[in-house]
Amino acid sequence: MILAFVEHADGQLDRLSAESLALARRLGAAVKTGVEAVAIGGESLAAAVGRHGADVLHLAQLDDGDAYVPDAWAAAVGDRIGALGPEAVVAPGSVRGLEVLAVVAARLGLPLAANCIDVHPGDPWSVTRQRWAGSLLEEATLEGPVKLLSAAPHAFPADEMVAGATDARIEPFAPTIGERERRVRVARRLAPETGGVSLTDARVVVGGGRGVGSAEGFAMIEELAGLLGGAVGVSRAVTSAGWRPHTEQVGQTGARIAPDLYIACGISGAIQHIVGCKAAKTILAINTDPDAPIMAQADYAVIGDLREVVPAIAAALRRS
Amino acid sequence: MEILVAIKRVPATGGRIVLTADERAIDTRHLGFTVSPHEECAVEEAVRIVEAGGGSVTAVTLGPEVATEQLRDAMAIGADRAVLLETDGREWDPMETAAAIVDAVQAQAAAGTPYDLLLFGNEAADTGDYQVPIRVAVALDLPWVTGVKALELRDGVAVARREAVGGGWEEFELPLPAVVAVKEGINLPRYPSLPGRLRANKKPIDRVAPTARPSGPTMSRLRLPREEAHEVEILGRGADAAPRVVEVMRTLGVVRS
Repeated sequence: MILAFVEHADGQLDRLSAESLALARRLGAAVKTGVEAVAIGGESLAAAVGRHGADVLHLAQLDDGDAYVPDAWAAAVGDRIGALGPEAVVAPGSVRGLEVLAVVAARLGLPLAANCIDVHPGDPWSVTRQRWAGSLLEEATLEGPVKLLSAAPHAFPADEMVAGATDARIEPFAPTIGERERRVRVARRLAPETGGVSLTDARVVVGGGRGVGSAEGFAMIEELAGLLGGAVGVSRAVTSAGWRPHTEQVGQTGARIAPDLYIACGISGAIQHIVGCKAAKTILAINTDPDAPIMAQADYAVIGDLREVVPAIAAALRRS
Repeated sequence: MEILVAIKRVPATGGRIVLTADERAIDTRHLGFTVSPHEECAVEEAVRIVEAGGGSVTAVTLGPEVATEQLRDAMAIGADRAVLLETDGREWDPMETAAAIVDAVQAQAAAGTPYDLLLFGNEAADTGDYQVPIRVAVALDLPWVTGVKALELRDGVAVARREAVGGGWEEFELPLPAVVAVKEGINLPRYPSLPGRLRANKKPIDRVAPTARPSGPTMSRLRLPREEAHEVEILGRGADAAPRVVEVMRTLGVVRS
């Protein structure tokens, strides 16, 4: 059996969990075994996990309800591994999915392959996983009596359903949770700051890199973003120089964006930046160097100094 | 406050990755090396905590002799000493890396000055295994938190804040000693000053031979993701290109009317 750890929000199956069920289903087919799911709370998920191919939904009943208590969640998953003996456990490529699985792996003393995009059961199992946030792929073998894997975000389809599927059968269980598993928990939640177009939701992002030259230089980037109702994004060179706050950083250690249009101004296109912006539908690069790596990613380009090009575009937009 | 901060030497890859002929490593002949970004911030955070409240910072890395460059970088911005868990350059998997760090932490405790705080980067820039800090915490039975973007220490408690799923923040309170994995953005790391660099050269580096216990995942080869063939359309040069750019924006439907 392949066991999939799934998460939910407001009673709905979370998207990355649906993706990890798609990986679990592929493994189930390859090993000729079934797929079952394990969740903390979430009776309402039976239909959704059934449609995504799980026959059984193991529901942990924890005293903390569905509050996030990571070691307790890991203990619950570990409890089902002990009781059910799955061939593999698959987690979503989310913050919680990754850390719950890491605790499980540490407690069982088993290896864990994070962010897999392809998995082939065999002897041994082989996986393809992301390095450098997906700029490089690693092919590796994975040992252990239970294979522990997480699915890389967006590597597997979230909308793949099993035709004629029925609701998963709910099997509640009550794992034993000690006080030590309750030491770490969310003590309080704070509301998001409001105001402005958020970088990850914006339809247009105007990005500025080292080529902008200074903190003051960003006035023209902001102006263009404002005219297009978009947000400002920056490369790591810019935040490291202290020109802009880290919240605006796009890339491996910043935000992953997927706007309709990304305008990369004075950004050379280091791989760490590209992984953050390559999901943009269209990329327009403005750069003095026609051979900059960003050109290999761009759909359109203007060759020139952004300090001339950006104000000219702003002026043309105001005229139009 | 005794703080251990774990760092990793990674290549500064730039615009594209080139692999070695055997496809088992990045060709680094023309590359510089750096401390993995989240970990640069972990060092800065450790130094700020000690500057504010006293104590000392030890930087640790697992790697070959050349990784002392990154330990010197950490000491140049204020770490007091360093430990090199010296390898022959083989890539260690996350389980054995964590076990080697655990051994170093336990050795320090046995020597009478246990660490109060173990700081890590959230994940290494290169291998992205997302598990070493948690494995260390579980082995030492310490409370832990990852993804931390704000950290405050008060009365033996670490108050750590991270971005919550769906927006906003979630805050954890951990009794010390604890394991905290931070993300870039928690602070803006300082640049090392020249006197800082000179001082770093005089600070001690302990060399320890860690115990190898490979357990996987075991890398067989690396490869670059397939890129679709991509044609870039040059819209023009300089300011004269502006009307064409606006035309394209209209076609894309992103110009507000």
